[in-house]
Amino acid sequence: MAEAEESPGDPGTASSRPLMRDLKAVGKKFMHVLYPRKSNTLLRDWDLWGPLILCVTLALMLQRDSVDSEKDGGPQFAEVFVIVWFGAVTITLNSKLLGGNISFFQSLCVLGYCILPLTVAMLICRLVLLADPGPVNFMVRLFVVIVMFAWSIVASTAFLADSQPPNRRALAVYPVFLFYFVISWMILTFTPQ
Amino acid sequence: MAAVDDLQFEEFGNAATSLAANPDATTVNIEDPGETPKHQPGPPRGSGREEDDELLGNDDSDKTELLAGQKKSSPFWTFEYYQTFFDVDTYQVFDRIKGSLLPIPGKNFVRLYIRSNPDLYGPFWICATLVFAIAISGNLSNFLIHLGEKTYHYVPEFRKVSIAATIIYAYAWLVPLALWGFLMWRNSKVMNIVSYSFLEIVCVYGYSLFIYIPTAILWIIPQKAVRWILVMIALGISGSVLAMTFWPAVREDNRRVALATVVTIVLLHMLLSVGCLAYFFDAPEMDHLPTTTVTPNQTVAAAKSS
Repeated sequence: MAEAEESPGDPGTASSRPLMRDLKAVGKKFMHVLYPRKSNTLLRDWDLWGPLILCVTLALMLQRDSVDSEKDGGPQFAEVFVIVWFGAVTITLNSKLLGGNISFFQSLCVLGYCILPLTVAMLICRLVLLADPGPVNFMVRLFVVIVMFAWSIVASTAFLADSQPPNRRALAVYPVFLFYFVISWMILTFTPQ
Repeated sequence: MAAVDDLQFEEFGNAATSLAANPDATTVNIEDPGETPKHQPGPPRGSGREEDDELLGNDDSDKTELLAGQKKSSPFWTFEYYQTFFDVDTYQVFDRIKGSLLPIPGKNFVRLYIRSNPDLYGPFWICATLVFAIAISGNLSNFLIHLGEKTYHYVPEFRKVSIAATIIYAYAWLVPLALWGFLMWRNSKVMNIVSYSFLEIVCVYGYSLFIYIPTAILWIIPQKAVRWILVMIALGISGSVLAMTFWPAVREDNRRVALATVVTIVLLHMLLSVGCLAYFFDAPEMDHLPTTTVTPNQTVAAAKSS
């Protein structure tokens, strides 16, 4: 009860406490993705803030520095956004149509949070690209992307696989594989101007 | 007396008594009375079905066929209605993919694998995979071909994904729609024994596109001969699956119409594969050779003139 009271002379606390609470919840879920165990945290207290932050970060980092980015042929901010959200919605619909007992937003939450390893890979790739280009550079990036891709798949499968009947598990997991593969491809083929 | 016994009626056709007589018979719930006459075990629906059914020794098949009649009872605005199109298990999807890769003469893909349970999972995700396979393989192949050229700067060519998606999904939905409309029209003129529903045609087309996924990946190899051999093999396999599926649907028709239909189906399929190869994959020509052949002449001419 004491927490809910506004202390006089301290106008910031009333709005910052729920914000800190939400940020802590998001951070806790990040930890659950990085160290995937069979727990229900992501499913029980789902939120879409984490996926939104990750998606915006990824889309911003996939932007090129050049002004004339039309010629580049790389994905625009809006394209990345659409791919991530449209892909996640399609996978969720597919999972529900196959008879899974996970709710719509829970599934979106899991898929969004499991982009975290790939966002980390994007960060590392951008750092690696600051060095001089060459086959070694490419090999390092390839290795990092492959490892993070595998991590994403393992993390999301740990949360999603139990919601499907066992005779359809592979059918529900394959689109997740395709989704993260496409995002990994976008990260790997990123070339700055 | 014998005469009285002969005049005695025997009760047939009452579900309760026939069930009591044969408790093992598969029964159908009468939710939609119009549906039940079709699904009672009894005389076969057509001679074509008989020979196909004989080829299968599967006990599950009869049950799924009979039970399939009762599943489409939800109205189309409910979620359950669409769930009926995803009512497949993993092994069923694998079986259908296997069937599309190994066309056996005389066995009909629809009758053998789909068996009144068309699914939209296969067509949708095979098309999605094919879109990305073509776009990514095309990008990789262009990169490998132009590797080493000084003027070449690698671009991911992301636009091509949307173009590939439009082409593939349009093919996978519009061509079955046109074919279904055409077959319905011919059905009104000539009584065909075998007729397919729209979803079954979409299903066949979707699964027949599966062979193009490994083909697209192998198209990365920058050799013209290899690519055209792959086109021929893929067209042979998927074309024959389609031809063997649709031949029974048109064979009672006028000979010319039947042949024209099957030839058109195969031609459209070929157009798709050749078009994708031409648009997404650059020709593996040696662009820098002419410059090397010119320079020796120039040096010889320069030497002669000096």
